[in-house]
Order: sequence, then C-alpha cells, then structure tokens
Amino acid sequence: MNRFAELLDRLAYEPGRNNKLRLLTSYFREVEDPDRGYALGALTGALSFKHAKPALIRDLIAARTDPVLFALSYDYVGDLSETVALMWPRGAPHQQLVSGHPPPHPSPTRGEEAQLRAELALQATSTTYSTSVLPSEHPALTVPSPLVGEGQGGGSPTDGLSNQPPSGHNNPPPPTLTEVVITLRTLGKTEMPKQLARWLDELDETGRWALLKLVTGALRIGISARLAKTAAAALGDKDPHEVELIWPGLAPPYLDLFAWLEGRGDKPVNRDPAPFRPVMLAHAVEDSDFANMDATDYIAEWKWDGIRVQAVSGREADGRMVTRLYSRSGEDITASFPDLLPSLHLPGALDGELLVVRDHRVQSFNVLQQRLNRKTVSPKLMKEYPIHLRAYDLLGDEESDLRELPFEERRAKLEGFIQRLDDPRVDLSPTIAFATWDELRAARANPASAGAGDDAEAVEGVMLKRRDALYLPGRPKGQWWKWKHDPHIIDAVLMYAQRGHGKRSSYYSDYTFGVWTAGEAGDQLVPVGKAYFGFTDEELLQIDRFVRRNTTEKFGPVRHVVHEPEQGLVLEVAFEGLQKSPRHKSGIAMRFPRINRLRWDKPPRDADRLETLERMLKSEAAG
Amino acid sequence: MTPMRPQDILLPVPSGLCCKSGGFHIDPVRPVERALITHGHSDHARAGHGAVLATQETLDIMRLRYGENFAGTTQAIRYGEEIKLGDVTVSFHPAGHVLGSAQIKVSSGGTCIVASGDYKDARDPTCAPFELVQCDVFITEATFGLPVFRHGDTALEVNKLLASVALFPDRAHLVGAYSLGKAQRVIALIREAGYDQPIYLHGAMEKITRYYQEKGIPLGELRPVKGVKKAELAGTITLAPPSATSDLWTRRFPDPVTAFASGWMRVRARARQRGVELPLVISDHADWDGLTATIAATGAGEVWVTHGQEDALVHWCQSKGLAARPLDLVGYGDEEESEVAATEESEA
Repeated sequence: MNRFAELLDRLAYEPGRNNKLRLLTSYFREVEDPDRGYALGALTGALSFKHAKPALIRDLIAARTDPVLFALSYDYVGDLSETVALMWPRGAPHQQLVSGHPPPHPSPTRGEEAQLRAELALQATSTTYSTSVLPSEHPALTVPSPLVGEGQGGGSPTDGLSNQPPSGHNNPPPPTLTEVVITLRTLGKTEMPKQLARWLDELDETGRWALLKLVTGALRIGISARLAKTAAAALGDKDPHEVELIWPGLAPPYLDLFAWLEGRGDKPVNRDPAPFRPVMLAHAVEDSDFANMDATDYIAEWKWDGIRVQAVSGREADGRMVTRLYSRSGEDITASFPDLLPSLHLPGALDGELLVVRDHRVQSFNVLQQRLNRKTVSPKLMKEYPIHLRAYDLLGDEESDLRELPFEERRAKLEGFIQRLDDPRVDLSPTIAFATWDELRAARANPASAGAGDDAEAVEGVMLKRRDALYLPGRPKGQWWKWKHDPHIIDAVLMYAQRGHGKRSSYYSDYTFGVWTAGEAGDQLVPVGKAYFGFTDEELLQIDRFVRRNTTEKFGPVRHVVHEPEQGLVLEVAFEGLQKSPRHKSGIAMRFPRINRLRWDKPPRDADRLETLERMLKSEAAG
Repeated sequence: MTPMRPQDILLPVPSGLCCKSGGFHIDPVRPVERALITHGHSDHARAGHGAVLATQETLDIMRLRYGENFAGTTQAIRYGEEIKLGDVTVSFHPAGHVLGSAQIKVSSGGTCIVASGDYKDARDPTCAPFELVQCDVFITEATFGLPVFRHGDTALEVNKLLASVALFPDRAHLVGAYSLGKAQRVIALIREAGYDQPIYLHGAMEKITRYYQEKGIPLGELRPVKGVKKAELAGTITLAPPSATSDLWTRRFPDPVTAFASGWMRVRARARQRGVELPLVISDHADWDGLTATIAATGAGEVWVTHGQEDALVHWCQSKGLAARPLDLVGYGDEEESEVAATEESEA
C-alpha cells in the first residue's frame, strides 16, 4: 500500500504528461505482481467494491470528529478522502477524554512543558477510562495530544518518537495493496467499517488518503485510464493502441498482460463475445478551421441530441447470442434498455445515438431523460418512452474488426448491416448532402428543410467525419469534428457563490445566478441556474475576488453575494436548452449552462427577465 | 473592586486593536500615535507610527525594511520586562514565530489579556521558544485553524528535500520560503540534517538572513545566487521568496524542482494550484493541535480569534465551554493562500 500511496501522491503533484508516464512506468517495472496489476486496475477504474462507499467513510469520520469541524474542513479541502485522511485521529480510541475531566493547570513557563503535562494527564486518563468513549457532547476542556504522531505542535525536538507509526501497541505492518483489494472484495458489509478503521489507524496520512481514494473509486489525480495503459504498454515497448484492443478481455491484476509486456507470455486474447471498444470522439470545430479543410474530404451527418452508445452482439462458443449496451465510457447499461435488445439480433458492434422515437418522430433530450439512470424499467415506461438506436458507425461484424477501415468503407458496410437487420427500432443516421461549407452552414441553420424533417428538434448541430478516418479511440486530431448550434444566451445576475472542489477548492467557482421577475415588493431576482465553468482562469480570479469583497451573508459554505439593481455582477450565461422543472422556484431548468462572459459594464437592473426564458421555453416546446 | 471588562481594556477598531486607557494600538494597520508591534512581518509591522514599542530584534528588522525613519521614536523592550502605559501594564513574551516575535500581555485592574500576534509552539532553532502566559483573555491567530492542519515533523520534510536533491543531481532545487523567519528556519533545519554544501539565496532575502547570522544564529555558508553560472547550480539548493519561484527568474536554473515550505502545503490542492512539485509542510504558525493545546493551557476563560479560520476555532472553544468570538480585524494575512501569495511577506 505504501508504494501505491507514494505513487499516487507523486502523480498528484506532477503536472507534466511525460513525467507522469515515467513515474507510472517505473512503478510497473519495480513493483511485483499482483500489486502492480491492482494498481493498474485502480488507475483505469476497473476496481469497484460493493460494500465500501463514501457514505461509510462519512460515518466513520462522523463517529470520531465534531460534525461542524468536519463540515468546515471538508468545505476548505474540497475532497472527502483527503479531508478524512488529514483529520483522522491518531490512535483514536485511546486518547479521548470523558467529560468532567479537569483541565490541566496552565504552566507559567514554557508552552511545551504545559503540553507535556497535558499529555501526561491524558495518559493517566486513558488507562482509567473505557477505550471506546465517543467525543463528549458536554462542554469539557480537553486537550488533544500534540506530542504524538504527526503533530508538530508541542515544541518537541525531532526525537524519533514522531517517526514511529501512529498507533497500536504492536505496530502492525501496513497492509499491501493486494491485501487491501482482496479484503475489500471479500469482506461482508457488516465487517467493513471495522476493517477500514483498522487500516486508517495503521497507515500514515498519505496511506490513508490513497486507501480512501481507492475505496471511493474516485482517484481524481489527473491520470486518465488511457495514460495508465500507455504507461503499461511502455513497459514492453508496445503501441498503447494494442493494449486498448485487448483491454476489454482483461481483468485485474492483469497477470497475463504483464507477462506479455515483459516477454514472458503470449499476447492475451480477448474472449469476450461482446466487448466494449473504446470510442472515438470529435473536436469542436472553430470558424477558423474551415480554411484548412476541403469539403470533399468529409461526410456530414446530423448531430443527434441523445446518448452515445455502443450496441454489441456476439456469439458465445456454444452459439448463444450475447448482447450488451455500453455508454461512451464503457459502462454496461444493458439492464436499463431491455426493450432494445431483441432488435440487435445480428452479430456486430454499432456506434450510435440512443433516442426516444414516438410516432416516427425523434423526441427531445428532455423526453429521453425519463429513460436515463433508472434502476428498474417498468413496462409502462418502455411503452411511453419507446427507445430507439440511430446508428452511425459499424466497428465490427460477424467476420472481422472494421476499425482499421476508412470511415467511407465502414459507412457502406453499416448501410448493408442496417438493411439486413431490418428492424424498426434501429435505423441509419442519414448523411447531409453538401458541396461547399456554405451549403452545409445553411443546412445546419435549418435542419428541418435540409433533410432532418420532423426530427429537426433533436438535432443539435452537424458532425463532420473525414472519409478516410480510421476508427481511433480517444479524440484524435483532425478526424471527426462537431459543429454545434449556437447556444442560447442570457444576461443573469450572480446571487450566490460556493467554493469549488478538487483543483479549484479554494476558489469561489460555483455560481448561482438569477433573472428578474415581478414579486410582491416590486422586481426581484429568482435563481434560474448554476454554472461552474466556461470562464478563464483569469476570470475565475476576478469573480473570486468580487465574491470575497461583496459577500453580504454566509450560509455554511455558501456566500450570499450582493445582487441589487445597481450593485452586483452580471454574468452572460450560455446554455443549450430549457425544460420545465417543478423543483426550481423559477419553474425552469437549463441544460448545460456555463459562463460565457463577465459583464462588468452592465448594471444588474439591465439583466434579463424570467419572461424571456419562458418565451424561449414555449418556442422550444413548439419546436 | 470588580475586575475590568476585557473590552474596556482592548477593543478592535479599524486601525487595529486599541487600548484607550494605555493610549496605544497593537499591530495597527494604519499610522497611529503609539504602536506596540508583535513581530516584523509587514502585515503586523508597518511604517509611519509616532512611537513604536517592540523587541530590539523587531525594531532592527523594521529598520532593515523601512529605513532609519520608519517611526517617530522607538523604544526597545526585553522579554518579561514590565512597562506602565497610562492605567495598564504591558510586557512582551516570546511567541516562537520568528526572531524577536512577541506576545503582548496587557493587564489592568486585575484583568489580563494576552495578544499573541502570530505564534507557534513547535521547535525553531532560529528564535526564542514560545512562552505560555496565563491570562483571562487569550487573543489567538487562526491561520491554520482547521483540524486538517497538522504540520508534522519538520525533520522529515527536510529529509524529503535532501532526498530529492540526491535523486536529481542535475537539477536545481528552488525552495520558496518567506524571507523573514521561514527562510532562515529552513536553512537551519537543512544544516541540522547534516547538509554542509553552500546554500544559495535570492537577493530579496540576503539582508534579513545576514541579520540573523549577526545575531549569532549559525546558518553555514550562504551565497548570493546572482551571477552564478547556470551549470554550477545543478544539484544545489536555493531559497527564494515564493512569488519568485513561478517567475521568469527561475530560468537561470537548470531544470528546477519547485519546492515550497509552508503550512498550506498540507492540503494537496493548495500545492497543485501553485504548481509546487515538492511541497514541504513547514510552518511558522501553530497547527490545529498547537492552537487548541495552547488555548487550553493558557487557562483563559475567554478567547478572541483573529485572522484565519475563525469559525472552526471559535466553535471548538465553545464546545469546550470557553467564551469565544471572532475578532473582525482586517489587514492581517488573509483568509486564503491565494491572497497570502499576493503579498509575499504575509508569511504562512
């Protein structure tokens, strides 16, 4: 666990991609199986533990610390694992005092003497009282133990004491990564809290942090799964693409993968009949890009406002058909869409958009949302929101992997495949005919009359794909482009601000904004949305400064920022769409809102009104 | 006679903590007639007061920074010496923060308040150790007033630096450290760890560091980094103000590793935001355990909390049955590192 913790810690501070790769590769080289394989699993998100959840960690820390102090600390640090790792009391049960213990007598001389006495008093108490006493709710002057463990306080010279593991009389060795993973996988729900607490007592701060990151499954240290696989590939001088291709058939601790990379074994074969293939993504096209793009090199399609999915069917060795639906990140979402599975009756891997189609008409994203993130799918839901797959790529068929073919050839095979499939729930995403960029620009401006017809409402722009583009995982440059509609824009007033998380944790970077509406006492602002990106780093500093200087009230982590007709900050907010929302006071929710511009020049009284948004909503609904 | 109410002795006003009956302010942020200064950091020690009472070291440091005429008149006070000002008696006691730093004890009519300025109870080879002073009201800072701040053993942090120097003999190591106090402490700690090579200094810290050496604090061989050839700086350690470590100035170093010695480095996001590759948790302020232990040990029944994370420390005091309130003093440190970083001297 220590090596793994050290790796995560160093990666967390390392900004450069090449240095990150170097750190990862040297870890894979130096660390033995199966530890390194579980590390690779953790870094690629392949490990998950059923009974270890963030809620459990919150419970553990809640039983050991004051809830107010925890809330303030979490707000400041912005990361649950790190907050708990830092706050975890050392040797917790042994050092808590019971209420009514008299305060130590202050020493008139040196601070460290006073603290030494305080500590002696503590030791005396801990032998007398039960070891499982929770923190007292009664006011009693208790003194933490500044001399033990990591605390610098206490003025104690570097006496070696602080180098010792923090707790436990027998100083058990910290667990290995493999021990942790196996235990987390096999331990029952009821034993889990005790085990986690035991580890947290045994590990140092970095170890605790790494353990909690592992348990909650959110490493968030700026390492993508792709980067981790690239580092593993470098171990055997392999192309990372090769690792990607066999990846879906592999599982932690990847003994066969490492054996192959080190030249000790054969290349692992992917035996999953319906594996996920890493998806290919598009770059947003800018107006300036077109100068270097030749219209004849590209095929254009509508960009559908649905959910990107990969629908894969394949045969087991015994001939049985296996069908799976994957999200674009490879998450298996088959269970949410049982109504689509019978339609995928030919072996193949389709890349496409999941949509709701009623009466031959594609519904808006708002309608599709009713089908998302459902744990159970009722017959009623399936009937009211019939699911549909609009296919735009074919990655493999019964015979072969097609990803190495140019897009134009894949497209031809896709058309044949859809024809053979002959199912009303699966159709082909049509191409848009165009000879020049201007023609395509005109089609994008008016999809209804350029071929999208009644489905135009579900079109959010145009996709451009090079005819010769191979299907490459990730976001390769210059192959696929997305050319979205221009967003809606309104001017809103900043009302509340909250500190961000992760990298932005000391900055006020989450903003609630509102627009004007008539209230009982004249015009008032009503919140219509929340945004936490879209601004530049420089703008973030400016807003942060504004928030700090113009806070009128604090509610826990939330700052109430001045928002009067003549005083406040106007934010130009861009968003993709609107929907009715009974959960919001304004009755409206925005899709994908972000800060487009800061309008320092505009007084809040000139910001937009709720009626403007209501009109937009009506015209959207009218389609 | 009933003891005086503490707020009749010391009162927070816009220019700082004011003692009306003694006719002085403590660490005023605006020019006043008579100022008592706890220590030489520029957010506490400002130029332009009529009369200044402080330790000899603090007066010397103010003179180094602001020139001979930084105040109308000055008076030096020894640790423990008592001086009567109007109706009150004041004395200065070591705060353990930087060289010459003091807590100021103000007594009147049977009530005693200690304004601790900035303090730490951790060991520091470059200044007098913190002295605990019994009092009725303790005014504490709260720079690291959250239980996530536990500073750890400084020797381990210095070992991290030296291990990195050994690991990258071709790279220079740039250690960001505030130029008064932190820089000299880091140098002294590096020497204690047995490193005897010359240590290089950014120009901004030469004067103060030389003053520390004149005061008899052994710091080994120090060299100005200015004018040294790039190649010669491989495998060396240079101390610089934190702002300089992200500056064009760093281009004179071969592939520098950026370190920063500060209590803020305990929180990973803080280090990442600054682009620090080697965070060193070394602080001249008390950590959470130090703050709470000190508050408890003073025996004070009432605690006033200022500059930093007041909320958490006030809550802690109240949960222990102590009367506590935040003092809304502005101009010291600031709530966040981002703002601390802007003013190089408001050390952390």
